[in-house]
Amino acid sequence: MNTSLKRVSEFLTNYAIYVVLVVLIIGISVSAPSFLSLSTLTNILHQNATKAIIALGAAFVLITGGVDLSAGRVVGLSAVISASMVQVSDYPRKFFPDLDQLPVVVPVLLAVFAGILVGLINGLIISKLHVPPFITTLGTMVIVLGVNSLYFDMPPNSSQPIGGLRNDFTKWGSGTIDIGPFSLPYLVIIAIIVAVICWVIFNKTRLGKNMYAIGGNVQAAHVSGINVGRNLLWIYSIAGALYGLAGVLEAAKSGGASTGYGNMYELDAIAACVVGGVSTTGGIGTVPGIMAGVMIFGIINYGLTFIGVGPYFQLIIKGAIIVVAVAFDIRKYLAKK
Amino acid sequence: MKASPFLLEIAGISKAFPGVLALDNVSLNVRAGTVHALMGENGAGKSTLMKCLFGIYSPDSGEIRMNGEKLQLSNSRSALLSGISMIHQELYPVPFRSVMENLWLGRFPLRGFWPLRFVNDKKMYEDTMRLFEELGMDIQPEMITGRMSVSKIQSLEIAKAVSYNAKVIVMDEPTSSLTANEVEHLFHIIDSLKQRGVAIIYISHKMEEILRISDEVTIMRDGKMIGTWEANSLTTGRIINLMVGRDLTSRYPERHNIPGDVLLQVEQFTSSLPKSFKNVSFELRQGEILGIGGLVGAQRTELVEALFGIRSLSSGRIRINGKLIRIRRPIEAIRYKMALLTEERRVTGIFPVLSVLENTVVANQKSYQKLYGLLDERSRITDTERSIQRLSVKTPSPKTQIRYLSGGNQQKVLMARWLLTNPDILLLDEPTRGIDVGAKFEIYSIIAELAEQGKSIIMISSEMPELLGMSDRIMVMCEGRLTGILDGRKATEEEIMNLAAQYSVRTGGSA
Repeated sequence: MNTSLKRVSEFLTNYAIYVVLVVLIIGISVSAPSFLSLSTLTNILHQNATKAIIALGAAFVLITGGVDLSAGRVVGLSAVISASMVQVSDYPRKFFPDLDQLPVVVPVLLAVFAGILVGLINGLIISKLHVPPFITTLGTMVIVLGVNSLYFDMPPNSSQPIGGLRNDFTKWGSGTIDIGPFSLPYLVIIAIIVAVICWVIFNKTRLGKNMYAIGGNVQAAHVSGINVGRNLLWIYSIAGALYGLAGVLEAAKSGGASTGYGNMYELDAIAACVVGGVSTTGGIGTVPGIMAGVMIFGIINYGLTFIGVGPYFQLIIKGAIIVVAVAFDIRKYLAKK
Repeated sequence: MKASPFLLEIAGISKAFPGVLALDNVSLNVRAGTVHALMGENGAGKSTLMKCLFGIYSPDSGEIRMNGEKLQLSNSRSALLSGISMIHQELYPVPFRSVMENLWLGRFPLRGFWPLRFVNDKKMYEDTMRLFEELGMDIQPEMITGRMSVSKIQSLEIAKAVSYNAKVIVMDEPTSSLTANEVEHLFHIIDSLKQRGVAIIYISHKMEEILRISDEVTIMRDGKMIGTWEANSLTTGRIINLMVGRDLTSRYPERHNIPGDVLLQVEQFTSSLPKSFKNVSFELRQGEILGIGGLVGAQRTELVEALFGIRSLSSGRIRINGKLIRIRRPIEAIRYKMALLTEERRVTGIFPVLSVLENTVVANQKSYQKLYGLLDERSRITDTERSIQRLSVKTPSPKTQIRYLSGGNQQKVLMARWLLTNPDILLLDEPTRGIDVGAKFEIYSIIAELAEQGKSIIMISSEMPELLGMSDRIMVMCEGRLTGILDGRKATEEEIMNLAAQYSVRTGGSA
C-alpha cells in the first residue's frame, strides 16, 4: 500500500464516526437540499436532547467495562414520578387530588433522586455481591418497571396516562430562548450543559480517570490503589441521575407520562455510544464521540423521513450503521498475531 | 539491634505447592546501590521467590527484612508501599490512557475543593517531566501508553517505581524484548538508580549482561540457593556450571522408538513479526522425538504455533512426505494430521467448566455425527472411557468438570483429545509444565509409547534434563534463530546452555 493511500485509510479508521456523520448529511442534502436549514438543525437537536443525556449516562457505565440495561425503565420511572406531582389543580383525574402547587424543583429533584437510588442499588449489587453488570441491571430493569407500575396503578390514577401538566413544568421541555430569528430550545441548552459537565468529569476529575483505568485494566487499577468498588458506586449513581433527569425532561417535552416511557431507550443509548466509539469492553470513549453517535441516529431518523424513506427501511439502515461503524472502529484496536 | 550492611534481607524462605517444594530455605541479601543478579534455570524458583517478595505468594516460613525491619507483605500494594517495586517481563499498563495517567494512577494530584475538585493536569505533567528528566528518559507525558514501544513502557514502569520511592526494584528479564540501543539506555537508567541508592534485583539469562552490570550474583537451582558470588569473580562458563550442575537420574522411561524416514520438512521459516523467529529450517522423522530447547524469549512457541497455522509467516515452506503444502489456519494443520498441545493449558487448552468427556471428544466431534447431525452419545462415552483407561487419567467420572482434576490429569485429557484425532505429528509445548514429578513420568511414558508407534513428536521444553532424557535430537534456539541441533543421547546440559545463550553473548559483547 502506498503512503498516501495508507494515510487516507488511517484517517478513515481513526475518524470513522465523523466521516459517517458527514456522509449522511451530504447524502440526505443532495436528495433534498432544503434539509440544510437552521430549523432542521433545531428540530433534530430538540428531538435528541434527552437521548443524548441517556447516552452519556450509559457511557459512564460502558467505559468502566459494564453495561446498564435499567436505563430505559429508570427514564419511565422518573417521568411518571415527576409528572404525577405537577398536574394542574383543576385536572379531572389528578394523581394526587389534594396536592398543592409544589414548586417545580421538588418533583424534579425527587425524580432525579429515584434515578440515583436505582443507580446506587446497581452499584452496590455489582461491587459488593459481584453480580455481573449485565445481570444486575437486567434484574433492576424489571424491578423498576414493577415498582413504577405499582405507583402508576394507585387509585385514583389506576394506570391512566398522566396528563394536564403545568406550564411552568412543560416549558422546560418545549420552551425556547429566542435570539433574533433563532430560537434555541431549553432542552438543547440543558443537554449541552450536561455534556459539558460530563466532559469535565471524564477528563478533569479523578473519578473520570479512574473510570477509564478500571475499564482499561481493572487489575492495574486495583494494584495502583484505586478503590474500584467505590468508584463503581459513583459511576452507576451518576448514570442513574442522568436517566432520572432525562425522564423528567421526557415528561416535560410530551406533557404527560406513563409506564411505557423510556422503553428500550437503553438499547438506543448503547447503540449511540458504540457507534460513537465507546468500547463495550471498556476503557475507551469520548463525549464528542458519543454526541456524534447520538446525532448520527438523530439525522437518520429525521433525515430519512425528510427524504421519504419508509420507517421499515429506516430500521434496516439503522441496524446496518451500528454494525458497519463498529466494524470500522474496532480496526483501531485489532492486534496482529 | 546492630545495623545490617544489607538493605534487603530475605531470610530462610520456604514455599511448598502441592507436590513440589518450590523454595527450600532460600536466603538473599541485597546491598543498597548495587545490582544483584539472580540466576537459575527456568523452574529454579526465581519467580516464586520474587512473588513472595512482592506479596503475591505468602511464604510458609522465613522472613523479609528491609533496613533490619521485618516486613508484612500481604499483597502487592503493601510491597509497593514498603519500597519494593517490580518491573514485570510482561508489562501491565492501562493501554488506552496517557503516560502520566498511568504513572500517577491511584494518587493523582488534585486541586480545588469538593465538589469542585479536579485532577491537576499541569502539576501531573510537570512532576512527570521532572521525573523523566532526573532519570534521563525521553518520553512525552501525554503519549498514549499502548502506542509506545516496549522499551518506553518499561522506562515508564521504572519511573513509576522511582516515584513510589522504591528502595528495591526487581527487574524480570528486562532486556528480553529490547534492541541493543534500548539495552544501553536501560543500563544508563540502572546506573542512575544505583546512584540514588536503589538496590536492583536483576533476573536474566544473558550472561554477558549479568557480568557487565551486576555487582553480586546469586544462583538458584531446584528451589535451593546455591550461593552468592562477586560478579567479577565469575565467568560465563562457571555460571553455567553452577546453574546446571546436577545429576541426571532415571526420571525418564526407556525408549524403543526407531526414527524412520523424513516426514516433515520446515524450510526457512520466518515470522511476519520483526522480533520473532527467522530462517529456521529443520526436519522431523517418523517415530522421532525432536526436542526444542532455549531460554525464555527464544521464540520456540511462536515457531511451533506458526507451523500449526496460528501465527503468520513472511516466508518459509513446509513439506510433508516431500510434498509442498500450505498451512494458514489450525484447521488445515489438523487436516494434515497435526496436533498441538499448547503451552498455556488453562488459557488455550482446557474448557474448565466442561466435563472430562466433553474435553476429550471436542476435537473429534465430526466422527461422532450420525444422520441429521445428531451425535452418537455411546461412542463418545466409549472413546472417553477408553482414553481415561489408556492414559490412566485419574478422575471420579467422565462427567466431572475438568477444572477439578490436577494439572497432570488435565494434561493427560488434553493428550487424549488429540490422540482421538489420530495425528501423525504431535507438537507438544512444555507438556510437563506445572505438573508434579509422578505425573511427569506418566506423560513421558505416553510420549515414548507414541513415538514407538511411529508418531512424530516435537517437544518444546525449558527443562534441560527433560530434553536430554526424552529427545532423539535436540534443536536449540536463541532469540528467534536456530543455533544448533544436537544428538539427544550424547548432548550435555552445558552444550545446550551454550547454544541457548550463544547469540545474546555475542551481541552483548559487540554492543
